[in-house]
Amino acid sequence: MYEHLETAEKTQDLSRVVIEPVSRVEGHGKVTLLLDADRRVRQARLHIVEFRGFERFIQGRPFREIPTLVQRLCGICPVSHLLAASKACDHFVIGKAKITPSAEKLRRLLHYGQVLQSNALHFFHLASPDLLFGFDDDAAHRNVVGVINDHPELGLRGIRMRKYGQEIIRILTGKRVHGTGSIPGGFLTPLSTGNRELLLRDIDGIIEWCQASTALARDIFLSNQPAHTLFGQTESAFMSLVDANGAADLYDGVLRVTGADGRIMVDGHQPSHYHDLIREEVKPWSYMKFPYLSSFGRQAGYYRVGPLARVNNSVCMPTPRAEEARREFAAFGEGKPVQATLAQHWARMIDTLLCAEVIRELLLDPDIVGTDLMTSGDPLREGVGVIEAPRGTLIHHYRLDDDDNIQFANLIVSTTHNNRGMNDSVRAVAAEYFDGREITEGLLNRIEVAIRAYDPCLSCATHALGQMPLVIEAISPEGQIQSQLIRHADGLMERSPA
Amino acid sequence: MQESEFSFELDGTDLPFEPGQSIMEAATQAGVYIPHLCHHPDLRRNGSCKLCTVKVNGRFGSACALPAQAGCTVESNTSELQEMRRQIVQMLFVEGNHYCPFCEKSGNCQLQVVAYHVGMVDMHFPPFNTARQLDASHREMLLDRDRCIQCARCVRASQDLDKKNIFGLAGRGMNIRLVVNSDSGLLGDTDFSSADHAAQVCPTGALIRKDQAYPCPIGSRLYDTPISQHTIRQDARHD
Repeated sequence: MYEHLETAEKTQDLSRVVIEPVSRVEGHGKVTLLLDADRRVRQARLHIVEFRGFERFIQGRPFREIPTLVQRLCGICPVSHLLAASKACDHFVIGKAKITPSAEKLRRLLHYGQVLQSNALHFFHLASPDLLFGFDDDAAHRNVVGVINDHPELGLRGIRMRKYGQEIIRILTGKRVHGTGSIPGGFLTPLSTGNRELLLRDIDGIIEWCQASTALARDIFLSNQPAHTLFGQTESAFMSLVDANGAADLYDGVLRVTGADGRIMVDGHQPSHYHDLIREEVKPWSYMKFPYLSSFGRQAGYYRVGPLARVNNSVCMPTPRAEEARREFAAFGEGKPVQATLAQHWARMIDTLLCAEVIRELLLDPDIVGTDLMTSGDPLREGVGVIEAPRGTLIHHYRLDDDDNIQFANLIVSTTHNNRGMNDSVRAVAAEYFDGREITEGLLNRIEVAIRAYDPCLSCATHALGQMPLVIEAISPEGQIQSQLIRHADGLMERSPA
Repeated sequence: MQESEFSFELDGTDLPFEPGQSIMEAATQAGVYIPHLCHHPDLRRNGSCKLCTVKVNGRFGSACALPAQAGCTVESNTSELQEMRRQIVQMLFVEGNHYCPFCEKSGNCQLQVVAYHVGMVDMHFPPFNTARQLDASHREMLLDRDRCIQCARCVRASQDLDKKNIFGLAGRGMNIRLVVNSDSGLLGDTDFSSADHAAQVCPTGALIRKDQAYPCPIGSRLYDTPISQHTIRQDARHD
């Protein structure tokens, strides 16, 4: 809708506004706006300025340490990387066989606990200050401390919901962050009956809180219509994992893509064939790639992932309260996927409710305390693991050399899928709110509100090592460029004397 | 000589010893921990890592190599010696490429626990970032030279206990490195076995089994509790 604002033609006459760093998101990013003399926005970009290199430096490492290694990509959603990598590396131990039921249920419990805590962190700690106090509230008050001061019960609820998810992680992996538990071929340790009772003791209260939080997110979104629907507007398809029946599944399943018109564009796509579905575009001004559905092209292949995609894509939720909430959400879309950027908060809370209900089901399943956690099979040399991380579809792909070390790695991280969506929303807000107006802190915050709605994990999503277009210049003491080394987006190297 | 005369003073406490015991052996028998890395109770004395340096009657010496002597005064747990040990451990960390966060030996690693014990909170020195060869050619065992501290435990175990002479140290000073005794230089071309003593004695994650990933859950690892009196004898034999 606002693609024309990606690149301005004559930038020399434009003034530049920079938001750096983008606050209350994971990782580091910045937004640049170029304005003309009439304060009309001519260019708006979300830049990812971090540089990581996991895909490169895990090459040559033994595959068994990869799940535990790559979870260091992130301090918020490490479990997602641990599990996606475990699923990929399962192939190197058991081939096409399946891990044991107890191992899979422990991984699911770990994963749903992780999504619950991550979603609670985002909604209560990062996003709720904007939603509760308004986008123009004083920045000194518009934060989680302000929430705790003004709404202590709500603030405490968010903290306790997150704590519950972290307790699941601690019990299953030994630490709240960066533990060990899921390993190629299964799971390391069983869940004791004592710890199961400990988790069961609080789960009903957590479900109640998740339901109340879903209602809160819904009420906030519906309270200011149509402004909340139009804010940061963009229109895309949606991709997520669903189970064989089309119900939401955060741990496993097949890929489904639903178009903006509500029609299913792709269904039953095996995650291991993700490369037939997705292609990544590199742009010179960001360390984050721009994926699209290859068979539909860059424009028609524009899609988003995350809780909004999960709720839009699923024909049903596998648990009763989450399903009731999904139906209410779907009714708002009137037969089409809900596109509203701010509706992502509502969808995220439905997602959280789903997690809490699934956690209860898993804890009541006898297999969850089973001790048969490892299995064997005929190992393969290549593996793909796909999972629905808190921020969306996460893909890990590895190939081994003859000594069982990683020879090739490709990670497509959830936030990367939403790169175009975030940029589109930034441009929509910039075009809607900035044109011709005096720039205020509240206006700048609107840009961040649009980005925050995606709950981006910018540090996870920067993996363009070896593919970024670069220009290296040798400059004389007098300031003259003596020579240039240029690497183009297609990898072609060019050297030129100045 | 009377039995009571076979004793020496360690940090102000009288410790008994048996004739022929080193200061390290006598201390370990008494449940007193002296930081060490190259020392292993089943292997011949080496005295190369210098981490167990103590002061004997005011002079520096290696506790693992010096025999206990009746009436001598030994200082070990002093701020001066702890500072020296901290610097030795920091140098070991910057020489190699030690990434505890994802190392499979983490929690069971003597280098790591010694670093905690001597109060190391950073590397202090700039890391060398040396390129070291990972040898995954063996069917059962992985040799990750990034984690090797050249303590020669595997060298001694292979020579003396396994009678195979598979490992050796080549080069001098900063260029010293662990080498494998085969035409290709690869572990896969030797008769090394995971059942060998040499496969059991590495204090770090340099020699680990390939078929196990993080075999001990966090909380059950040997060093999830700090080194203390009750674990010392277990430690000495375990690693």
